[in-house]
This record gives sequence, structure tokens and C-alpha cells, in this order.
Amino acid sequence: MLYEAVRLALQAIMRNMFRSFLTVLGIVIGVAAVIAMVTVGQGSTDQVEADVATLGTNLLMIRPGQPSQGPGSGVGGTAASLTLKDVDAIEEQIASVAVATPSNSRSMTVIFGNINSSTTVTGTDTRFLTARDWPLSSGRSFYESELRTGSSACILGSTVRAKLFGNSDPLGVSIRLKQISCRVIGVLEAKGASSFGTDQDDIVLIPIRAFQRRIAGNQDVSMIYASIRTGISTDKAKADIERLMRERRRIGPFEEDDFNVFDMKQISSMLTGITSVLTGLLSAVAAVSLLVGGIGIMNIMLVSVTERTREIGIRLAVGATEGQVLLQFLVESIVLSLIGGLIGIVLGLGLGLLGSRLLSIPFAPNPSLVLAAFAFSALVGIVFGFFPARRAARMDPIEALRHQ
Amino acid sequence: MTGESTFGKVAGPGALPSPDGAPLISLRGVTKIYGTGDAEVRALRGIDLDINGGEFVAIMGPSGSGKSTAMNILGFLDKPTGGSYAFGGAEVDHLGRDQLALLRRNFLGFVFQGYNLLARTSALDNVELPLIYQGMARTERRRLALDALAKVGLKGREDHDPSQLSGGQQQRVAIARAIVTNPDVILADEPTGNLDTARSHEIMDLLTDLNRKDGITILMVTHEPDMADYADRLIHFLDGRIEADTIPDKAVPHAL
Repeated sequence: MLYEAVRLALQAIMRNMFRSFLTVLGIVIGVAAVIAMVTVGQGSTDQVEADVATLGTNLLMIRPGQPSQGPGSGVGGTAASLTLKDVDAIEEQIASVAVATPSNSRSMTVIFGNINSSTTVTGTDTRFLTARDWPLSSGRSFYESELRTGSSACILGSTVRAKLFGNSDPLGVSIRLKQISCRVIGVLEAKGASSFGTDQDDIVLIPIRAFQRRIAGNQDVSMIYASIRTGISTDKAKADIERLMRERRRIGPFEEDDFNVFDMKQISSMLTGITSVLTGLLSAVAAVSLLVGGIGIMNIMLVSVTERTREIGIRLAVGATEGQVLLQFLVESIVLSLIGGLIGIVLGLGLGLLGSRLLSIPFAPNPSLVLAAFAFSALVGIVFGFFPARRAARMDPIEALRHQ
Repeated sequence: MTGESTFGKVAGPGALPSPDGAPLISLRGVTKIYGTGDAEVRALRGIDLDINGGEFVAIMGPSGSGKSTAMNILGFLDKPTGGSYAFGGAEVDHLGRDQLALLRRNFLGFVFQGYNLLARTSALDNVELPLIYQGMARTERRRLALDALAKVGLKGREDHDPSQLSGGQQQRVAIARAIVTNPDVILADEPTGNLDTARSHEIMDLLTDLNRKDGITILMVTHEPDMADYADRLIHFLDGRIEADTIPDKAVPHAL
């Protein structure tokens, strides 16, 4: 009986192909929107998590400025800067911190021969490589003497190396950063393409004192990376650092911090939070679209029931029970909305694939979401098909047979 | 489908739980009133009627005489306002919609003036329809439907849509649909009303055959005395009552 009902439903749908297509369009759009958005959202969340993993999950970043400013808001206006002494104090006085390293960055043009390239120049020290868990692929790190004197030695990221030197060996060669000339002593291993949309490997490391003296022209440290010892919680290390920094910066017990300690999890959760808010909003839009689609199905089913009054009369006359007629029309609306759902799923996955290719993020289809979309379209069919189907089932066979 | 066990499929005439000698159909004081108050229409004003298994009954009468109402009640499509209806010796007045549907499905076949076939549906599928609702398996259904179509002389036209068939052929499909369930009774409502004389006589011959050879009881409403002549019994309705119930003179054979 159910098989017959499905066969009949498909027949009825095929007979009015164009009308059926228009009817299910609402469902198609709703389902496709949800699937595409969630797929892309999940892909970008996966990407952010992968990025965070390349930065190191046990990394804390300390910057001056009000805590209310997010990690993207840069250095706070009035807050006192950090110093190299802060770096040493954090590393030496806090047991939960393994290493701390300064990191001052600026976007600059790097020149070799006739090749110019814009890159990020970061003033730091040799502990940077430990904190960021970033090994060298060739050459060496800074010597203590180079760090102390702020001499012009530099370590290249793999992108910069490739841009300036192609396949030739850069070690020992001098490049220019603005007016400063510096000798390449090492090359970093490639970290992989993007981190929050920027290329991490597009970097040149120089000694922090060289950066302060020759580029910034002050003694400031704009950011400190602190890596936490294994087995110690991020929160504990964060609290330790905050306590020490309040003390060092002489902040009274009722005053607010004038510095920030971020951990990478915080950044990733903030970014994934944005994604989930967007996904939620779009899901709401999609739900409305499904509702509208459902009403469309109900409308067409009502039209169909009226058009087929005589057919219903014939079916009742030859002995169809109320339940059998109800089933027939209910199955028709379910099949209709399931077809819409299936088209929507295929379309949504296609758009999701396209979107993730364009944004170069992983394609992350969610099987349970696909199942849910399928189930939801069936539900729409049941809910909005029930009233028309009941109207069909309750027809008076005599009246129905008389209908022209 | 609570009635399924009570009214399961039966083999055919005689399988009903009928006491010996009791008529197949028995109406006692049946009335039917539509509307209320000033709009009240008394379609049937007390009908007493017994029909035995195997009879061929023609029902005649002017429009509004109550013959269609009576047919609807006899065909379990409508319920009487008063009186009682026993089918195969069993009272059916208290039965609900679905139980009446099961009675129609298992014991009755309908033939209408306008054929009432499903459009854009092959002859075979039309004939299979009642068997689908009986829940019969596909192969069995197909076999019975092909048999029924052969019986009404439509072998080779099983795949034709109603639109590809003449009126006479469409009525034959309708008759095949009516007999495919092996019913006790065929209710025919002006079965030749839309057909020319030659085609009408063919249909009447077919119905007579079904009556004579298969013992199917036939109740037929008609306006045409020519067609009524095929019946063994003639019932005249007038103003909601049975005016005359006669056995016509069968001296003149109908064979053309």
C-alpha cells in the first residue's frame, strides 16, 4: 500500500512537473542555504582551529592596553609600554612559563638586488623559535652577542626566502630593510599557508635591540609571547602573569589592568563564535524559508485535492478507506518536500564546496546536518500536507463523484 | 481498519453469512431526509424492498423520485435517515464510513453513466484500483485485472488511457473494474446514458451475461425502457416511494 502510494505520488508530481518544481523551490532554497552556510562555517572553524594549532595552543600573548580592547585592537593609547625587563621577569619569576620572548612587528619593504618585497619584520630573540615551536630549516639562530649588541643579523621566513632568492642559498648574503643592511644567518621552516588569512611565513626576524634602535627608535616591547610549561593550565599561567604584571606596573587593587593577556584558545573561540552567530542567523532565515516552502506545499496540495475531487470520489466508491486516501495525499506532500529537500541538499553541498574552494578552507560537509535536513523536509511534508490530505479523506463520495 | 476482519475478502456470491432463504438486500421503512426546517427535502418516504441474490433489477422513475438516493443507500455511499438496511442478512445501519468502504470494496461494483475512470491512467491500472485497496499483491492483481479486461472484450487494450478509448470501451473498462473484485452486486447508474443504441445494447448484453453466467446481482437505474427490458424485475419510483414493482413479460427475447 505504501509502495503504491509512493508510486501514485510520483505520478501526480510528474504530471505537473513545472508546478511541482515551483512548489518545492522554497524548500530547496531553505535547505540549500542551511547546508551551504553550515558547511562553509564549519570549514572556516576547522581552518581557525588548524591555524591556532600552528601557532601553538600553549601560547599566551601579553600586550599593553585595556583588557576590553580585543586582540585585534592594537596597542592601547595611554598605557605604558612593555619592556625587555618584563620579558625576563615573566620568564624567570613565573614557574608556569617555560619561555617568554619579545615580539615587535612592523610591515616593511625588504630589498635584495633589484627585488623588492613587502613583508613583516619582527624584532625578537632566539627564544621566539622555542615559544612558537618553529624550527630552522637551515643556518642558525641569533648568537647572544648579536642579541646583546643588536647587530644586523636576520632570519628569513620561507616565503621571503623564496621571493628574494628563489632556489639559491641565502645564508651569509646581505639584504636591506629600508636603510639597514643585514646578513642572513638562518631560514625558518615553512609553517603552512595562512593564519587567519595572512601568510605566517612572510616574515623576517631580527634581534629585538636592532629593531628598537634602528627601526622603532625607542625601548618599547609591543608584545610578549609566553609559552606555558606542559601540564600547567592556561588559566593558571594567565593568572600568574597578570599578578606579576600588575605588581610590576604598580596597578592598585581597585584599578583595572592596563595590559592584556590573550591565549590562542580565546582568539579561536572568538572567531568561531562569530561563525556560529552567522550560522545561527542564516539558519533562522532558512527556517523561515522552510516555513514559507511548507505553506507553498500546503497551498498546492489544497489546489490538487480540489482539482482531483472526482478522482477522490472514484477511489472512495471503489472502497478506499479514509486512511488510505489520507495516506495517498500525505505521501504525495512528503515525497514532494523530500524531493525539494534532496535537491536542496545536493545544491547546498555544491555551493558549500564552491564556497570552501573560493575561501580556500577545508570542505566540511556535516552528515548529521544532511540527515537532519532530510528529516526536516519530511516533517514539513507531514505538517503541511496533513490538512489537505484530511480534507481529501473526509470527502463525501457522492458529492465528490458529482464534482465536474 | 477495524472492520477488515469482519468484512474480509470473500470468494463471491454465497460466501456471505446469509441465513438460508433470506434476501441479499432488505430495506425496511427506509427514509432519507436532506436539510432541516423549510429546506427539508424528503427524498425517500419509507421504502420496503427485498432483492434476492442473482436478480437483475431495473429501477426507473422521473427525476427527483428518489431512485438515485435509493441507489446511493443501496451502494453504501449514503446512510438512511430512518428505517433499516440488511445486507446478506446483516444489519449495516450502525456501520461507520470505513466499514461501509470495506463493504463497497468487497461486495459491490459500481458502473456510472459518466464511466468515472481515472484520467491519464491505463485501463489496466484503472481495473486494478479496487484490488490495490484490498491490499492484494502486484502479480495477483495484474492477473485478475487482465482476466477482467478479457472478459469485457478489451484484450489488447490494457495499456490504453481512457482518452484513447471510445465511450463503449470506457464503460467496458468500468465494468471490468466493477467485476474484478468478484462482487455480489453491481450497481449501475444509467450505464448506457452516454452511449448510442448499438453500444448500449452491447453493454446491456455484457451486464446480462454477468448476471446469467456469474450470478452477479445487478441493480440498474435507467431512463430508457429499452434497457429496462433486459431486467427480470422493474421497480418504479415516484415521490420517494416505490410506485410499482413488476416482473415484466419476458416473452420477447432481446437478441438482435
